Amino acid sequence: MSNKYRRDFPLLQNTMNGKPLVYLDNGATTQKPQLVIKAMEDYYRNSNANPHRGAYDLSVRATEIYENTRERVQKFLNAKKSCEIIFTKNATESLNLIAYSYGMEHIAAGDEIVITISEHHSNLVPWQQVAHAKGAVLKYIYLDKEDTINDEEIETKITDKTKIVAVTQVSNVLGIVNPIDKIIKKAHSVGAVAVIDGAQSVPHMKVDVQMLDADFLVFSGHKMLSPMGIGVLYGKEAILNEMKPFLCGGDMIDYVEEQHTDFAPLPAKFEAGTQNVGGAAGLRAAIDYIESVGFDEIERIEKELISYAVPKLQAMPFIELYGCKDITKKTGVITFNVKDIHPHDVASILDVDGIAIRAGHHCAQPLMQYLGVNATCRASFYFYNTKEDVDNFIDSLNHVRGVLGYGS
Amino acid sequence: MDLSGVYTELIAEHSKSTRNKKHLEQANVTLKGRNPSCGDEITLELKVKDGIIEDASFTGVGCAISQASTSIMIDLIRGETVEKAQKLIDTFLGMIKREITDDDALEILDEAVALKNISNMPARVKCAVLSWHTLESALHDDK
Repeated sequence: MSNKYRRDFPLLQNTMNGKPLVYLDNGATTQKPQLVIKAMEDYYRNSNANPHRGAYDLSVRATEIYENTRERVQKFLNAKKSCEIIFTKNATESLNLIAYSYGMEHIAAGDEIVITISEHHSNLVPWQQVAHAKGAVLKYIYLDKEDTINDEEIETKITDKTKIVAVTQVSNVLGIVNPIDKIIKKAHSVGAVAVIDGAQSVPHMKVDVQMLDADFLVFSGHKMLSPMGIGVLYGKEAILNEMKPFLCGGDMIDYVEEQHTDFAPLPAKFEAGTQNVGGAAGLRAAIDYIESVGFDEIERIEKELISYAVPKLQAMPFIELYGCKDITKKTGVITFNVKDIHPHDVASILDVDGIAIRAGHHCAQPLMQYLGVNATCRASFYFYNTKEDVDNFIDSLNHVRGVLGYGS
Repeated sequence: MDLSGVYTELIAEHSKSTRNKKHLEQANVTLKGRNPSCGDEITLELKVKDGIIEDASFTGVGCAISQASTSIMIDLIRGETVEKAQKLIDTFLGMIKREITDDDALEILDEAVALKNISNMPARVKCAVLSWHTLESALHDDK
């Protein structure tokens, strides 16, 4: 399968340990296309200044780049207003902002916070902190036999005591797409707010915050072709307006007196200190690029790749696959183990063949405990991967056991 | 990078061996060691009397390198004094950090020298040193 997008990514042209680089760790971070790298370079060469502050042309240009990206993200997520888009460092910071500025203020003793067992630590530990601090209960939605979330689990776990429901749209370990529309509806029916972790979904599928009716939705730029250090928090205007700031400092105030501060309106209220304008320039270019490829095409390529890879892995008797078999419910993520071989050894052996996969607990230790495994291997695809990548990956997997002295 | 220099027969054998991987009935020092970044976890069990490590064993889960390193370490420290064990720890960590490269100085490490090439795989160094750091903490707690 020739892939016309691959050539847009300079890093993918490199070899690794003398072999073509096979990059299958897109769930952790993606590579950057030339035009994103160029957008950042252009910013630093021609437009760098502190936004919102200087009364000179360069600062005005930096401000425009930053604010244009906000409008670009607003359209990308179909948010009602651009002030509902807050820039952060990444999804983790966005989730912490919600947990501290909303959670700590609205959760009381005996209230319930509902999350799923497949949350990344970034959408788990902050809520655990809120629950501990407030004497609230942290409840988990578990997976059924097909590793999916069923209606009964949603109906029974979200109750009149539930004040916050925080769920990932796509599991970073299993790649399974969760029924967040049902979860959001149920959350709203009991008066709870719905927080959606879009870190693993926004890069791979069309996400419309108004259609979903999400109260909050977060994602990281670096998992969708952008530089590291720029992320997004979407929140409904009315909710963001009544929240307290998370970080305080420059650029988030209207007026400061010795003993009192009036905070700036949205979005500045949540953006203290000098922001990552270079990152915003990169994020805008990345969104333009992703939309030029189109989500239909991205989903088609990812489905084609896992439809090609999964049967090959199923035919290998020493491979155990985790997560549902139904690829229509999955993004391009394959989680597996090699019999008798620890995932870290698998990753090191594949690395010698130029293949990058993730091994470990994937920042989802409670899910690992629930699945009854210590760690797994994860191959996660993006639209620049090819069938040759899959072939190289399978070939390399075939000799992993031999390296450690096991027969096939 | 040459895999055969890391996944040697000795490492493969020790990683599968259950000789040292068991509970120790009379253990009087037990300590858990963890690599939070990868989830590897071992529990070291020692029977220490009058400054001598009379017996040692371990349980836990981890990759071939962490399991083999632990098993080899236990072979080395069994029957030795706490002082000798500390010397072994210092020498092993020195070897991995490439601070000790002299073959004569490394001789006391015996089979553990097989892990020398791990320093060529920076991502896996933490696997090799987990048990040695755990042992060091265990011996200090005991004092």
